Amino acid sequence: MKFIHNMIKPLTQSGRDLLPIILVVIFFQLFILKQPFHDVGKVLTGVFFVLMGMSLFIRGLEMGLFPAGGSLAYAFARKGSLFWLLVFAFSLGFGTTIAEPALISVANEAATVAAEGGMIPPDEASKESYATGLRLTVAISVGFAILVGVIRIIKGWPIHFLIIAGYIGVVVMTAFAPKEIIGIAYDSGGVTTSTITVPLVTALGVGLASSISGRNPLIDGFGLIAFASLTPMIFVMAYGMII
Amino acid sequence: MQFIVEILSIILSTVIDIVPIVVIIFGFQYFVIKRPMPNLKEVAIGILYVLLGLSFFLVGLEEALFPIGKSMAQQLTDPEFIRAGLSTAGKVLQWDDYGWVYLFAAAIGFATTIAEPSLIAVAIMANDVSGGSIGKRGLRISVAIGVAIGITLGVYRIISGTPLHYYIIVGYIIVVIQTFFVPKIIVGLAFDSGGVTTSTVTVPMVTALGLGLASTIPGRNPLLDGFGLIAFASLFPIISVMLYAQASEWIAGGKKIPVMQHENKGEK
Repeated sequence: MKFIHNMIKPLTQSGRDLLPIILVVIFFQLFILKQPFHDVGKVLTGVFFVLMGMSLFIRGLEMGLFPAGGSLAYAFARKGSLFWLLVFAFSLGFGTTIAEPALISVANEAATVAAEGGMIPPDEASKESYATGLRLTVAISVGFAILVGVIRIIKGWPIHFLIIAGYIGVVVMTAFAPKEIIGIAYDSGGVTTSTITVPLVTALGVGLASSISGRNPLIDGFGLIAFASLTPMIFVMAYGMII
Repeated sequence: MQFIVEILSIILSTVIDIVPIVVIIFGFQYFVIKRPMPNLKEVAIGILYVLLGLSFFLVGLEEALFPIGKSMAQQLTDPEFIRAGLSTAGKVLQWDDYGWVYLFAAAIGFATTIAEPSLIAVAIMANDVSGGSIGKRGLRISVAIGVAIGITLGVYRIISGTPLHYYIIVGYIIVVIQTFFVPKIIVGLAFDSGGVTTSTVTVPMVTALGLGLASTIPGRNPLLDGFGLIAFASLFPIISVMLYAQASEWIAGGKKIPVMQHENKGEK
């Protein structure tokens, strides 16, 4: 009985999370576009998979990613080795971003834009090297962001000064960057933080802020993701100016 | 058969996504910290759940929601469809002729954000750390409202053809002013909410809408104007989450939200 309850509860929870999308799709399909659903069976199978997946994912977060990130943060704080903590922070940011599928697709689109805009020769080889360069740039910028964010937690700097500095960086770069790169640069900030990176990085920040005395997990623990979405914009515009 | 191949290829790409993370976590745990991972078995099962869960989630989206959502975005932005809803046929479309597109943008922005797994993760964490005073639902709904407003405004920008950076800079100014007036404890969380809104569910749907619009409106270049919606969707939640915090504080009669010390799980 308890087992069944444990199975059903997350599913109904996920069902509630999914309900808005389903309603929006049904409303527009039937009432605005006035079309029937072509393959109801396929849609229902898909919805079932989404529900199962969401429930499993959230269970896995609480069992795996949150404790893993938290215990690593705690262990680093106790070990007291700043150097290794910073190496860890950078590799976490870099390693999770370089393989990010959303980034790969944005980088390829960006290469096409650059070729059409005459910034690079329109052949495959230069497009590919442009896309790879862009991915490396974004990954380095995310590694850098997590590193700076970790230093901020340790030192207890207020977050808004760093964010404001970042914003000024974005605005200044916008004035100088080529027009073609701006939209891509702004969007690349949003795509870097994947569904697996976010819980882990959040657990790291909150874990660090909880283990260091004088830091508040709520005030100091959050903000790593914010840096990771800000620095790519600046770095990508810089990349667009150099190439 | 084709379905099974699809599932396997999505599981494979999720594995590729998760491998660097697992290598980094365990590499540092065993070679730098030099201590076994606490509750290793549970953590391993948890990571496996995350892997399978995310794969199923993506398979389901690819099967059911993305095709419908994308074709919907295309049909709604089709000039034929928009003209059909107007009384005067054949005239040049104005920005206010796109009524259903705006409604769709707001609705899909809100709905995909509520289903976004990384936002759920941040909400769970914030709820945990604040000792329950930052509600999971309240946070997610205010983020979703921010995304809805952001995408709608982004759609207006594509239709009207105004430059992206004006909007972003004005948004930044609002955010900076707000940070000086909101309770300090919400600032980090508000900034993080901006970054997490745009991932698995929102990006494909919103990109389809942006590209659909940019390719049907004369004078727009899909490669230049199709971008930028994601930037709107990451900026406006920051504003709405801070507004939410201000509103809750105001409703609570100026009482500060209590902050509880988070108990570190690794200690046990």
